[in-house]
Amino acid sequence: MNWITNYVRPRINSIFSRRETPENLWQKCDECGTMLFHRELKDNLNVCTSCGHHMQITPRARFKALFDGGVFNEVEVPEPIADPLNFKDQKKYPDRMKAAQKVTGEKEAMLVATGEIGRTPIVAAAQDFSFMGGSMGMYVGNAIIAAAEKAVELKRPLILFSAAGGARMQEGILSLMQMPRTTVAVQMLKEAGLPYIVVLTHPTTGGVTASYAMLGDVQIAEPNALICFAGPRVIEQTIRETLPEGFQRAEYLLDHGMLDRVVKRTEMRDELIRITRMLLGLPPAVQGDLPAPAEGAKSQEGEPPAKSGTAK
Amino acid sequence: MTHYLDFEKPLAEIEGKAAELRALARANEEMDVEAEAAALDAKAEALLDELYRKLTPWRKCQVARHPERPHCKDYIEALFTEYTPLAGDRNFADDHAVMGGLARFHDQPVVVIGHEKGSDTKSRIEHNFGMARPEGYRKAIRLMRLADKFGLPVVTLVDTPGAYPGKGAEERGQSEAIARSTEACLQIGVPLVSVIIGEGGSGGAVAFATADRVAMLEHSIYSVISPEGCASILWKDAEKMREAAEALKLTAQNLKKLGVIDRIIDEPRGGAHRDRPAAIAAVGKAIEEMLDELKGKKPARLVKERRRKYLDMGSKGLAA
Repeated sequence: MNWITNYVRPRINSIFSRRETPENLWQKCDECGTMLFHRELKDNLNVCTSCGHHMQITPRARFKALFDGGVFNEVEVPEPIADPLNFKDQKKYPDRMKAAQKVTGEKEAMLVATGEIGRTPIVAAAQDFSFMGGSMGMYVGNAIIAAAEKAVELKRPLILFSAAGGARMQEGILSLMQMPRTTVAVQMLKEAGLPYIVVLTHPTTGGVTASYAMLGDVQIAEPNALICFAGPRVIEQTIRETLPEGFQRAEYLLDHGMLDRVVKRTEMRDELIRITRMLLGLPPAVQGDLPAPAEGAKSQEGEPPAKSGTAK
Repeated sequence: MTHYLDFEKPLAEIEGKAAELRALARANEEMDVEAEAAALDAKAEALLDELYRKLTPWRKCQVARHPERPHCKDYIEALFTEYTPLAGDRNFADDHAVMGGLARFHDQPVVVIGHEKGSDTKSRIEHNFGMARPEGYRKAIRLMRLADKFGLPVVTLVDTPGAYPGKGAEERGQSEAIARSTEACLQIGVPLVSVIIGEGGSGGAVAFATADRVAMLEHSIYSVISPEGCASILWKDAEKMREAAEALKLTAQNLKKLGVIDRIIDEPRGGAHRDRPAAIAAVGKAIEEMLDELKGKKPARLVKERRRKYLDMGSKGLAA
């Protein structure tokens, strides 16, 4: 090492690096490889502007785009017991949790909120695939139950966006028990006569698909989303059969009668407004962007849904 | 011919020696080996006791999957009378991985449903090794609704490695079928009791075992994923199944602590397969007691309590 590498080069670098474009301004589409400008991608809800590929979107970003004026109130989720099995594989479960919390800035793999879409009050829940693969453990179960209870309390529909690799193995049998637990949550909604709409996003697999994600009154999926119980790799390894093109993708499921609709993310909000308003017997919503609810989102809670005429 | 598991090798040696001695004595009349053989027998018994008293979770998996362990069919034949199988899902097919129908349990008409794994190569293939396809769950749903309509208690016997991972099963809505079956379990206004007699494999098991009362045979297992599957995902090495079995807490003893199951049914010494009639009788007694506990409860109360049970589940972790 000499004076040039140790002293001069870092100095030069430090001057230039500040002027360089930060890498995260551009993102490559996973599908077609096009470089996409971050703002443009964000405005298009993480859908590639070149090929239409739907990339992951966080629950928070989704809610910002979904709710009128981007305004929503988070619903508090009862905290489950941490690391119930003292689970340890190559890493300790609490360490995996901490790492996921650090990366995502979120507490857990599901976000629940109340707000309005096209002036239609709803409760929404969205699963976060970036948080340990969106996996369903006690917290996700509690979140879905909290969402259902809130919907019943406020007499609102529940719209749920699923995204998960399945159950959270680190919670063992208790993750499996979220299948019946979340099914009870869905039953609360059904008995209250409230719409339960599921939007399946990429990927939704395993115990999640085999419980609340398949029990909606209306089942919508984003294009090309992988939706299955056993994943394609497991099937290929088990039965050594080559699988057809597009197997277990949203369009394939639509063809096989397992979904009502496949809808682009950019058109999802209007779709959800239309469907919920019809199911609730409300008049059509006003088209286009609406400003945030007039008297602030906080005051909405506890009010019954507007029966008619909220859309001006 | 007993099928020995790998950890039973020392036992196989001792029992083999005793059998050899006795065979020698039969061929040679002057030889008196009985004392020696009896000593070996005693040693074998002590070893068997020792082995089964502290089975590791992975060994329990092996016992739960033992080919000679009594299966659903054996329980139905021994514990129920007038068993009348009812077939088909009315949509596509009859799934032989799931058996079920009307039967009498101590004269009381019931609906019994369970996974059947098969007992030899031919029947294993016929029953698809106890791995149900959507038709199996849809048949179960149909039978649960039938029971609900006529006020018959439902008994489910769970023994499956998991739902079948196949192309057709996925195309016909494996996940939806499982979800609906779990839903049916939570809707029916009749007593629903479940016994995990071997393997309680993931969603395929939950679809039948979401019950008012769940019992598990002492050496059976109930898990979100097989130890092999868990090991290959979390350890990136399927050979780490021993560690995974340990970590998953999939034994009856742990699940009782977690409040996921209500009771453990003791198995005969050396596992259910060493004394099948005794194991079957113990399961019969547990079913009887569990049904008794639910007797006289009104439909609405049953449903309410069942849902409450699942909503509250897991809130205390291992301290439940």
